[in-house]
Amino acid sequence: MAASDVKLNKKYKIQTSIGDRIFDICNYTFMILLMIVTLYPFINVLAVSLNDAQDSLKGGIYLLPRVWSLDNYQYIFKEATIFHATLISILRTVIGTVLTVLCSAMVAFSISRQDFVLRKFVTVAFILTMYFNGGLIPTFLLMRDMNLVGSFWVYIWPGLIGVFNLIIIRSFIENLPESILESGKIDGAGDFRTFFSIVLPLTTPVLATVALFSGVSQWNSWFDVFLYNSSHIDLSTLQYELQKILQNSNTTAGTSGMDGMISGANGAQQNTVTPLSVRATMTIVASVPIIMVYPFLQKYFVKGMMVGGVKG
Amino acid sequence: METNAIETTSMPPLKEKPKGIKLFFVKLLQQRALVIMSVPFLIWLILFKYVPIWGWTIAFQDYKPALGFWDQKWIGFHHFEFLFGDDRFLRVLRNTLAMSAINLVFGFLTAIILALLLNEIRKVAFKRVVQTVSYLPHFISWVVAASIIQTTLSPDGIINELLVWFGFVNEGNEILFLGIPEYFWTIFGASSIWKDIGWNTIVYLAAMTTIDPAQYEAAEIDGANRLQKMTFITLPGIKSVVIVLLIMNIGYLLESGFEPQYLLGNGMNVDYSENIDIFVLKYGIAQSNFSLSIAAGMFKTVVSFILLFVANNVAKRMGESRLF
Repeated sequence: MAASDVKLNKKYKIQTSIGDRIFDICNYTFMILLMIVTLYPFINVLAVSLNDAQDSLKGGIYLLPRVWSLDNYQYIFKEATIFHATLISILRTVIGTVLTVLCSAMVAFSISRQDFVLRKFVTVAFILTMYFNGGLIPTFLLMRDMNLVGSFWVYIWPGLIGVFNLIIIRSFIENLPESILESGKIDGAGDFRTFFSIVLPLTTPVLATVALFSGVSQWNSWFDVFLYNSSHIDLSTLQYELQKILQNSNTTAGTSGMDGMISGANGAQQNTVTPLSVRATMTIVASVPIIMVYPFLQKYFVKGMMVGGVKG
Repeated sequence: METNAIETTSMPPLKEKPKGIKLFFVKLLQQRALVIMSVPFLIWLILFKYVPIWGWTIAFQDYKPALGFWDQKWIGFHHFEFLFGDDRFLRVLRNTLAMSAINLVFGFLTAIILALLLNEIRKVAFKRVVQTVSYLPHFISWVVAASIIQTTLSPDGIINELLVWFGFVNEGNEILFLGIPEYFWTIFGASSIWKDIGWNTIVYLAAMTTIDPAQYEAAEIDGANRLQKMTFITLPGIKSVVIVLLIMNIGYLLESGFEPQYLLGNGMNVDYSENIDIFVLKYGIAQSNFSLSIAAGMFKTVVSFILLFVANNVAKRMGESRLF
């Protein structure tokens, strides 16, 4: 590079540094605003959930509780329905996630083997379902005919393998060095052995991503509870209980003071909790497990999304 | 299991090379481990994803649950004709398309802009914090999100308090946002953006990392400022990803989502919040009018399929990577 170029470059840098700085200031301000807009609603709900229920009705709670109290949480977990719903939520998340990860990995492994005779057929059969589905009512009728309505397994079977998960695991396996799989074969490992001893341990990053996606969707789902098991209270989940509370407050929206207790609450508790505080507390309980987990898996799911989004 | 696997590999090499159908079965036998790992799930797939399509026949019947399949009365396209003469369905269709379009245009623009801005942040730690925070709403359920949105928008929520504080609204005249039908699309759009803007930047940021740094250096030497670098290097660099995603999303034009509309909708804003999925749910489950409901759902699926197919071919013709 000629000396004059360097000089020019330096001069230019000094010239733009003001514009650069203004841009940076605006950019950082914008990012901070974005974080506030994202986080404030959560912090506000958290504050309401930790505040005394009667005091919350006066309004004016923003970032911190005014009258600290854990009564709302105590009330929620004493309530048998909600406690049971939390157990069902945990159960479906654990069982659903384990089965999804294992089954998706097996199918992905088999369709990643270039020499597998059914490879094309299985792949196309799965991929096609990305583009159409029977729809709500036919699926509902099928579940009813298979006696899955009113059973726990209706939460597990229909969503066992997602095509998106399949694609990201397959791409990951295909990107493993061929020599590793070959070396297993030379040592006499069959396909099962290769899968369990070589592929599964090597694919943990992508399996973690799939586990996160699947766990989140299991934990978050309420519609299948509503659709199939709304009359089976023993199979209700946390999200569905929250949805019911939400629906109740929807119908009373507009009337300023939400009097009447939420359905199912004890009359004796009337003085300690209010629909407002119960809803806030349920919202926190329903979202905290996920908020605690996803940041730790960030580097995995970002990679997974890259593969899934760009390669499809 | 393991004995099987060992047998597979220790099988003696075949003397004659089998051909055609025989070769297929010989290979199938050799690869029985793979078969065991995939065929049960193929059966699962057919049962749970393909069999329900049989239910579409109900759309062409005057369906009576008590009767068997062969005893149903076939009435052709009657239900479809009814749908397109039904004011409610046409309104529902309008809502679906409008909300999809809002999602598509604004969801896209905001995510690209945020990705561009994030890309300009040089403090890695700060960037990471912003990203982590921005992914948060994506992971919570729509139930939780709806609960939060409802609280925020309620007459004593923070939005109204800010409006009062700035003097846009008089105290006592707070706005019940979810009770005004015309506001619903805006609320829906804003909520969707709030929930997914951070998540949607992942793909763009990934595409940006593939841009050759030498290009920026060259531009710097030519005296390009930051805005110029953004518009002439970064944006063209992610062009192909943007096009693919845009096309994909056009394919999902009739899928405007279900949960936000259902959870934020109420009796007051129903004229603007009800979309095809809610229509299907209300007719099908609440009123047990299976035929009409399936006809509406089938219309949605078929149109989506055609859109996706066309979109995919357009992408292929444009030389961009495609879906399948």
